[in-house]
Amino acid sequence: MASSAAPAPAFAAAPAATGQSGLWSWLTTVDHKRIGMLYLWTSLAFLFVGGTEAFILRLQLAHPNGQVVSAEVYNQLFTMHGTTMIFLVVMPLSAAFFNFLIPLQIGARDVAFPRLNAFSYWVYLFGGIFITLPVFFNVAPDAGWFGYAPLTTNQFSPGIHIDFWVLGLQILGVSSLAAAVNFITTIIHMRAPGMSMARMPMFTWMSFVVQFMLVLAFPAITIALFFLQFDRFFGTQFYELAAGADPLLWQHLFWIFGHPEVYILVLPTFGLVSEITPTFSEKPLFGYNVMVFSGILIGFLGFGVWAHHMFAVGMGATADTIFGIGTMLIGIPTGIKIFNWIATMWGGNLRFTVAMKFAIAFVALFLIGGVSGVMHASPPTDLQQTDTYFIVAHFHYVLFGGSVMGIMGGIYHYFPKMTGRFLSEKLGNWHFWMFFIGMNLTFFPMHFSGMLGMPRRVYTYDAGQGWDTFNLISTIGVVFQGIGLFVFAYNFLKSWKGEKNAPGDPWSAGTLEWSIPSPPPEYNFAQLPIVTSRYPLWDIKHPERTAELRHSDPDTAVVAEAHGVPMLEQTETRTAKALGIPMPFPTIKPLFAALFMVMLFASLIFLHTASLQVAVVSMIGTTLLFIGAVYSWLTSPLE
Amino acid sequence: MATAAIAESSAAPHGEHTHYTTTGLENRKIAMWTLIGSECMIFASLISTYLVYKGRSKVGPWPHDWGCKTSAIVGKTAAAVQAAGCAAADVMKPVLDIPITSQSTFVLLMSSLAMVLALEGVENHGKPGYDRWYKGSRFWLAMTALMGAAFLGYQAYEFTSFVHEGLTIRTNLFGSSFFTLTGFHGTHVAVGVLWLVSLLAIDMKRGLKGATDVLLVDIAALYWHFVDVVWIAIFTLIYLIQ
Repeated sequence: MASSAAPAPAFAAAPAATGQSGLWSWLTTVDHKRIGMLYLWTSLAFLFVGGTEAFILRLQLAHPNGQVVSAEVYNQLFTMHGTTMIFLVVMPLSAAFFNFLIPLQIGARDVAFPRLNAFSYWVYLFGGIFITLPVFFNVAPDAGWFGYAPLTTNQFSPGIHIDFWVLGLQILGVSSLAAAVNFITTIIHMRAPGMSMARMPMFTWMSFVVQFMLVLAFPAITIALFFLQFDRFFGTQFYELAAGADPLLWQHLFWIFGHPEVYILVLPTFGLVSEITPTFSEKPLFGYNVMVFSGILIGFLGFGVWAHHMFAVGMGATADTIFGIGTMLIGIPTGIKIFNWIATMWGGNLRFTVAMKFAIAFVALFLIGGVSGVMHASPPTDLQQTDTYFIVAHFHYVLFGGSVMGIMGGIYHYFPKMTGRFLSEKLGNWHFWMFFIGMNLTFFPMHFSGMLGMPRRVYTYDAGQGWDTFNLISTIGVVFQGIGLFVFAYNFLKSWKGEKNAPGDPWSAGTLEWSIPSPPPEYNFAQLPIVTSRYPLWDIKHPERTAELRHSDPDTAVVAEAHGVPMLEQTETRTAKALGIPMPFPTIKPLFAALFMVMLFASLIFLHTASLQVAVVSMIGTTLLFIGAVYSWLTSPLE
Repeated sequence: MATAAIAESSAAPHGEHTHYTTTGLENRKIAMWTLIGSECMIFASLISTYLVYKGRSKVGPWPHDWGCKTSAIVGKTAAAVQAAGCAAADVMKPVLDIPITSQSTFVLLMSSLAMVLALEGVENHGKPGYDRWYKGSRFWLAMTALMGAAFLGYQAYEFTSFVHEGLTIRTNLFGSSFFTLTGFHGTHVAVGVLWLVSLLAIDMKRGLKGATDVLLVDIAALYWHFVDVVWIAIFTLIYLIQ
């Protein structure tokens, strides 16, 4: 134990000799912070893939009768744009923050299952590569990100396009599920002494809700995909209309997953914005309890409204009414959140950093998307808007204006904590304004082209329908976004190599993650902190900001006093070994388990491209390898 | 040093080397409960699909009804089908065999009892007077695995006989949804058997004792009981309700 070690000087240079560099150390890492960085890098790389796909789509649509790509390629591009942005960009970007922040915010040394965490990442990486590679060989999935069956059955989608989509999504589902089990356990179990649920930072709270949504929503799509997989590979009849199948089975199962998925994409951003706004308003978050409960309520209601994606199929008046009203109800907790962010900023000492600008833009843009969402919650209105660009405008306002803008704010806010370096505020401003202007130029006109009847997912259109100008403006907007993205990439890469000058608490924030050095040492907290309020750092450094908060209940104060230490900024930078903190061993086994599992799923493709024998041999072989890797993993000690 | 006192008190609450947890429970137990929550949704999706597709198959064989191979005639009895114009050679039996499946259900439910006894034994290791309980744990663990394997045997027999009666996973909606649902459950039982056999191997090698090993058995038991409970739902909804 640490009792004999001398205290380290404040902000001593972090020791480099911890074996934490080189490719091997990244392949074998089980440190939640490094896994978070891997998620961040990978999802930003996929952001460029998805962005390029969007750019080509907009080039094709810039003018009537565009000739940039064929209809077949266009189908692949819009399918992969959606799939990439949802499953390979926004979800893993959130996962990057889950990984990096949750243990730091709750005062833990790592997640509950460090190796399972590595496994989740590798499954995501291999699955992402698996589903993206066919783009370069003209065999990419081409039936939309929602893959409606029976459109996706062998009869209507022959070839291996859809095979990649079905199997790729199964693989990514495993990654999300494993990560969700891990984070639920982490949040329930690994909180520092005194970190009660009612003191958890809002990002951790919203992430907590999201993990439950993942655990409960993903099974529906897993089963829908298994049915499709069995139909395509083994000849079952789940989506075979001639055999009496229900053409709505897929839609129901898919949207039972698909609507919670919308909140899975946006709730982490709600959390990030709830961290950024109090920091740069220098006030505690307004209405903490209500923010928590509205988040939970959004999570609950999110499971009961899936059929509003299906008003056009004709479910009847009763179902339409119930799902319409349910959908409008979600506007209430979401509206509460919007008002609370505004109230947080109200009367605060605002500092307009880039992160804060992104957060404010998030509130405004998400509101626009939310309001158009309430519009098509009404079935008669929806029948006019469904499958038009109005819907495209709506979900880009919530997913780009909402999720992406908020996450970008999160990156500017947490980059110093992650790397010990600042992103340039000057370049960040360029990035922000390019994104803000670009995204509004692109997506606002889509409301109009949609209302004028322009259908989604159609590769071109004729002149003279009133859509030409709106489409051209949308395309010009994408150019702005592209410039913004490159400015961001330059900023990111430049700062990555830049000077390490970020202190532990660069923004004068109030939560635990800012009480340790930037970047945090591998063990995070030299001593597990004892938490007595929601903003423990402000209690010490800016007591005036938290004067009105309810503080430590007597028992935790007694605990803190007994140990004689209030929660102070920790400056320990010695190695875990010197401090006597047990750390999990690095291991390559999760990577191999992930690899063999992905190969197992991929083997099914041989059924359509090679012979039955090859497929069976390959599947049995990879299954045995996978079981072997799991046994080897489970029988080796953690630390 | 006061700071070290915190690290010490929180890193080693029970004298043995474990991590601090908020609730004092072990991480893996919470993880297993979470996974079970997810599995509930998996089986809910499978069972609902089976129920939605119930009675929608265009051709036989049927789960509870007599049918005709050459036409869409369905009836409650063989006589009814023949009366409707089906030749005796074309009459199809209902495929679900409730007596046989009742036996396999009984075996699986009894395996849960064996699992309870196995866990009880491991938990009582080292307690004075409980020696026989502890010694019994290996037997009951083996019995659990054996009964799980027997259930799988019943299922293999059931599947084969269905195929002989003309029902495969490709035949009709009933075949697709039935084989997929029960196959998923069977796979879960198979994973459970593999798990129990692995525990047995550990027991043979070094004996299951101490808090960590109790946890290993405890988590396996949680999973095993869950798989049993799901079977109760499947047996009731698919086999018993006509």
